[in-house]
Amino acid sequence: MSKPEFVYVTYIETTPEKLWHALTDGDFTERYWFGHRIASDWKVGSPYRFTHPSRPSPEGKVLISDPPKKLAYTWEACAEELKEERTSRVTFDIEPRGKVVKLTVTHDNLDERGKTLRGISEGWPMVLASLKSFLETGHPLPAEIKSDAA
Amino acid sequence: MDDVFKALADGSRRSLLDRLHARNGQTLNELCEGLAMTRQAVTKHLAILEAANLVTTFRHGREKLHYLNPVPIHQIGERWIKKFERGKLTALSELKRQLEKRDE
Repeated sequence: MSKPEFVYVTYIETTPEKLWHALTDGDFTERYWFGHRIASDWKVGSPYRFTHPSRPSPEGKVLISDPPKKLAYTWEACAEELKEERTSRVTFDIEPRGKVVKLTVTHDNLDERGKTLRGISEGWPMVLASLKSFLETGHPLPAEIKSDAA
Repeated sequence: MDDVFKALADGSRRSLLDRLHARNGQTLNELCEGLAMTRQAVTKHLAILEAANLVTTFRHGREKLHYLNPVPIHQIGERWIKKFERGKLTALSELKRQLEKRDE
């Protein structure tokens, strides 16, 4: 793989199974991912798609699906102004660490000067902080005004 | 959270985070370039930043790359900043930056 543009880590008090579910179930993502619902059968090669009532959402193809340890998918931004940018890749690594779970999110193959890169650098910390809060307390962080996931 | 504040309470460590913010994914050698710190000091500071989860490392072939991990900082922000304040705070920061900008 190319040198990733971003590597994010968060430690969450949960189980790998719950975290996997939170990453792959639309009812869950809708709550902590600021309204974006994800859907797929999560088989390698299958499509997945985020949907949001009012915002463009990313979609792509499942690359790795090894529950509850590793998930990877391509990331195709759907906003009109981002169409020209190349398809990037997101990888989630889930590792139990005693009573917590270490989640590493790696995003690579991003266009260096693209808008996706800038959006991502604001988006992931927000989504991951919200995911952590959601799994640990049952409440996501308050919805942000901006931050289209794409 | 104490770890994060302790890690941030040091100018050298903040400057390492600044360097990663400017360019993410650097090796130890790259991070040491042009710094008035010994390699050992940089290694020590990076270990403290990593323990606080402000820096994360990634193995890429033979290289160990360092990445800025802003997730804990974001959590601190969320604790005291309400959602409707964010826009105003951004505007204030921008105003301060503009006013304090030195004449080139």
